[in-house]
Amino acid sequence: MTQSRARALLLTPAGLWYAAMLLLPLAVVLIFSFGERSAIGGYAPGFTFEQYANLPARFAAFRNTLTLAPVGTLAALLIAYPLAYFLAVKVSPKWKTMLLVLVIVPFWTSILIRSYAWIFLLGGKGIPALLEVIGLDDVRLLNTPFAVLVGIVYGYLPLMVFPIYVALEKLDKRLLEAAADLGTPPWRAFLQITLPLSMPGVLTGSMLVFILLMGEFLIPAILGGGKVFFVGNALVDLFLQSRNWAFGSAVAVALVVVMLITVGIYTRLVKRFGASRDDVGLM
Amino acid sequence: MTDATTTHVPAPEAVAEFVGATKRFGDVLAADRIDLRIRRGEFLSFLGPSGCGKTTALRMLAGFESPTEGEVLIDGRDVSAVPAHKRPVNMVFQHYALFPHMTVAQNVGYGLRQRRPRLPKREIELKVAKALATVRLADFGPRRIWEMSGGQQQRVALARAIVNEPKILLLDEPMAALDAKLRGEMQRELLELQRSLGITFVLVTHDQEEALAMSDRICIMGKGRIAQVGTPQELYDRPRSRYVADFVGKANIVSGQITGRQGGLAQAVLGNGVKVVLRDEPGDDRTTTEIAVRPEALGLAARDSAVPAGTAVVPARVTHRTFLGDHTEYLLAADGLGQMQVNVPRQAERALGGHDVGALVHVLWPEGTGLVLAVDD
Repeated sequence: MTQSRARALLLTPAGLWYAAMLLLPLAVVLIFSFGERSAIGGYAPGFTFEQYANLPARFAAFRNTLTLAPVGTLAALLIAYPLAYFLAVKVSPKWKTMLLVLVIVPFWTSILIRSYAWIFLLGGKGIPALLEVIGLDDVRLLNTPFAVLVGIVYGYLPLMVFPIYVALEKLDKRLLEAAADLGTPPWRAFLQITLPLSMPGVLTGSMLVFILLMGEFLIPAILGGGKVFFVGNALVDLFLQSRNWAFGSAVAVALVVVMLITVGIYTRLVKRFGASRDDVGLM
Repeated sequence: MTDATTTHVPAPEAVAEFVGATKRFGDVLAADRIDLRIRRGEFLSFLGPSGCGKTTALRMLAGFESPTEGEVLIDGRDVSAVPAHKRPVNMVFQHYALFPHMTVAQNVGYGLRQRRPRLPKREIELKVAKALATVRLADFGPRRIWEMSGGQQQRVALARAIVNEPKILLLDEPMAALDAKLRGEMQRELLELQRSLGITFVLVTHDQEEALAMSDRICIMGKGRIAQVGTPQELYDRPRSRYVADFVGKANIVSGQITGRQGGLAQAVLGNGVKVVLRDEPGDDRTTTEIAVRPEALGLAARDSAVPAGTAVVPARVTHRTFLGDHTEYLLAADGLGQMQVNVPRQAERALGGHDVGALVHVLWPEGTGLVLAVDD
């Protein structure tokens, strides 16, 4: 009896926090999404599906988000995995800590400032100027989907590197010796042992990056120059510029639904790959 | 079997051979000029304390390390440059190293699935089933690794290795993680398995009892070198050095002067002037040597009791007495020789009476007891 009371007491702060900061706003957004824009902007009460019917008007934002978020996640994964592998398996312990710190160092500066740095790098006097030297004229990088892709991969890479690094770090190296002993050449051992056993890290990193990319608005705004719009940008526009809160809320609800579907698929994948429990293989 | 790269003529009965095999890790000499022939079908143990080079020797055989100098031969062929995945040997790892993302059957079938050209699926299934039956885990194929107990995991590791029918089965301290009772059971099972399969087993262990109980031959190692190779009985009865005498069983080591040698026996005067007759090492002509004598080869008697003819006596005082059931262990301060140990069987003690701590006694040293150690170390 006292135990359950203590449990309730300990869970109260988190419960109140989630109720106030997560459920309440979500409820408000949901209610707003069925309302209307008032004449002077903001929200006017009502019950209509008009806003949802209107969603195709923001099709481009959804399309950009739903292509660049997965592509960005995949690109980050392809870059992060070899890096994490190198850090976890190949680097001598002496250098490991320093290199790991170097992976986080960019986080010490605001993403805003770093994204502005990319404006210079991708702009006329940056990489395109270098490409001109080797004869490639008139390459436009800034304000393209490519620029946004570069920006998001750059910004979120550490979030992908660390979960994979942790998974590879705790991988029992003797399993690879066992594989070799049983006749497996190194590259096949990677595919059969290392890769499947690092899947939890891959899935965690991918989900982390993907969810954050779905809500991203800063990098597309800076490097996309208003041409490559994400749902996040649409929300900023709808709530702050055109002050159409009802439609903005409908867009927000649609984004949440898309995310829920993604998380659902993710959980299924985890169940399949996560079948290997950590406490086993080690002993 | 005939290989142009090998100048060494292999012994036909040798399934593997170390020829001057040396392994350096930076400045550390892990294995130092190891010369050893492993006979086909034998159960050989590498025995020694940690850091003695036994694991390095095993890993050179497995292919995880290649010798800095010298050669490792399998079936007469130099395999020093052959990577682990191409060697016809399999290992049971110390902590089993089972693949946690595979079922028991998938673990056992792993080596078979690596064969190129591929084996038919049906054949793999049959062999896996047979291997699992051999280690008495017939119904456990679909289980996950974490559902298995420590002893069961070890059987899985064993099945995973033997299913490939290796030329040599390597066992790296396989019993270290098991409790004492399970260890004894497993030792017997391993022996039976080795006999029924006829595969050469090479075991690495630091447990002398385990090595004595299981091995046809034991290779005792120290500081990267082979100290002595022999059957368990040879090593116990005829240790060549103080190191071996100390490592296999217990031994009293005393120094003495050899005064005469004849017919495999040597007359010696111990440091305290007592004259004894020992077993001699043939071909030895040193006069000052170390002498090893097992605690159970000596006897104890009260000072006033009669001494059988031909038995030398060393005056001593009892300092510790430990009753161990089947025998009693006496630690004594022997005049002029320092500490000695004598084990008296329960039956002898019951017949002749025990000795209290502080009692003045005679250590009885029968003729032909004790051994001249061939090597100083």
